[in-house]
Amino acid sequence: MSFLELIGDHTVQVVVLGSMMVGAVSGALGCFAYLRGQSLVGDVVSHSALLGIVLAFWLFYLVTGQSSRSLLLLMPGALIAGLASLMLTRKLGTASRLKEDASLGVMLAIFFGTGMMLLRYLQRSRPPIPGRAGLDQYLFGMAAAMNTADIWMIGVVGTASIMLMMLAWSRLKIITFDPQFAMGMGLRANLHEVILLTLVVLGIIIGLQIAGVVLMVSLLVAPAAAARQWTHSLGKMVWLATAIGGVSAAMGGFISAAGKSLPTGPVIVLIVTAIFLGSLIVAPRRGLLSRWRQGDIHVT
Amino acid sequence: MNDWMGDPGDVVIGSNHLTVVYGAEPALWNVSVSIPRRGITGVIGPNGAGKSTLIKAILGIVPKAAGECRVQDDSGTQLMGDAIGYVPQRSTVDWDFPTSVFDVVMMGTYGRLRWFQRPGKLQRQQTADALDFVGLSDLAGRQIGELSGGQQQRVFLARAFVQHPSVYLMDEPFAGVDAKTERNLFQILRRIADDGATIVMVHHDLMRVHDYFDNVVLLNRRLIDQGPTKTIFNSDNLESCYGVDAGFLTA
Repeated sequence: MSFLELIGDHTVQVVVLGSMMVGAVSGALGCFAYLRGQSLVGDVVSHSALLGIVLAFWLFYLVTGQSSRSLLLLMPGALIAGLASLMLTRKLGTASRLKEDASLGVMLAIFFGTGMMLLRYLQRSRPPIPGRAGLDQYLFGMAAAMNTADIWMIGVVGTASIMLMMLAWSRLKIITFDPQFAMGMGLRANLHEVILLTLVVLGIIIGLQIAGVVLMVSLLVAPAAAARQWTHSLGKMVWLATAIGGVSAAMGGFISAAGKSLPTGPVIVLIVTAIFLGSLIVAPRRGLLSRWRQGDIHVT
Repeated sequence: MNDWMGDPGDVVIGSNHLTVVYGAEPALWNVSVSIPRRGITGVIGPNGAGKSTLIKAILGIVPKAAGECRVQDDSGTQLMGDAIGYVPQRSTVDWDFPTSVFDVVMMGTYGRLRWFQRPGKLQRQQTADALDFVGLSDLAGRQIGELSGGQQQRVFLARAFVQHPSVYLMDEPFAGVDAKTERNLFQILRRIADDGATIVMVHHDLMRVHDYFDNVVLLNRRLIDQGPTKTIFNSDNLESCYGVDAGFLTA
């Protein structure tokens, strides 16, 4: 197909629109995770979600005898698994005095490992479960598998997450910048911690179908990291991350859909990483070039 | 009324057999303080004495294992939230956070915002006034990472000042600033206290205690002593607080 034919193709349009929405929402929600140093939390949620996806698929098959890869079914599974891994991380941390990153690593290993085992088991079980081959796509993402119902699901969840962020904007800002002061002011730390983690979890699971559990975290963090280079205002940073995430994911979705068999996750990751690296070099004031020109860094 | 706390005309902050525990270690043990209204009170003690913990317990940020504490206005009504001006340690926040001087000071008004509400004209005016008070109006638009240590400290002061609280709790406001900056900061504090507010601050440097504080609380996990600096800050008390002879400081 030529470029113009691709643009006019309904499937391609669905893929590009869906990817763009995912990239924009994750980019916006990722800003708080980035500023709180919670990239690893996002990665654990996304890897753990595989277990939830596979379990939801399997349970649905056991109960109904049919198979479904609809986001309406799999997204709640991913959500529950992601939240469970975070809660268990916290429990493990308080029970054992393990450092947070160690607890996170342990939970990632347990959930992702179990998820992979179950995935392989389902793919080899006899008699074969119809549609099971498609589960593989959740590893590295396959935007081309998206349909109109998925777009609606992404739209509704994405809009709800952004609304939640707007609702609590001022509070989230101050609790991220200075939690001590925020608590002294009377803000309930636990409530806001839950809101911020919910935003991370939603920002991750919304894109699992497109970017896959292995690479989704980059769509959460890289747009924020790139946007941070260009601005000193949190509001502008969120807008810029939204744009960077949206454009990268739309391009990735398009390339993947055009190339048919290309997994979307790696394509998107390469694009968003290129934007991030570019920002790191050329951004005014914070960029390497600008700091080198000011004599801030020296090339030896 | 709290019979343990005393006359609200005289006492602004009190703690009653307060114990705070981190893990298995008590950070504060059975501490009953009574901080007089008006003036500047210093909380003095060695590293790990629980000075910051006392401030945080009064603010309700750390859980109490036993006892209670309370801040009250001069009619005996309990003060909470942004009615208390809190200045946390400067090192506890990320100064590379994408925000401006004006924005940080305006955060002092967020306690009264409802969900969905953004700061408006009133909050902007209060912020501008507070910046003017600490002499930072010229730097309002600066990114906070570009400030010097003393300027960052003034930003925190302005953020606490923005709601004009009658009580301030400050955690080492002079940490990491040079002597000249410290003098300037102290002048600002003196002005706040002269206007009738009570300032309680954690302080590290024993040399300046007599110059700075009307009252002191000497702390080393337990309360060593409290009262007017002239009578309390003596070599006996310092020895029981620090475990060394520090008589040269009070001579």
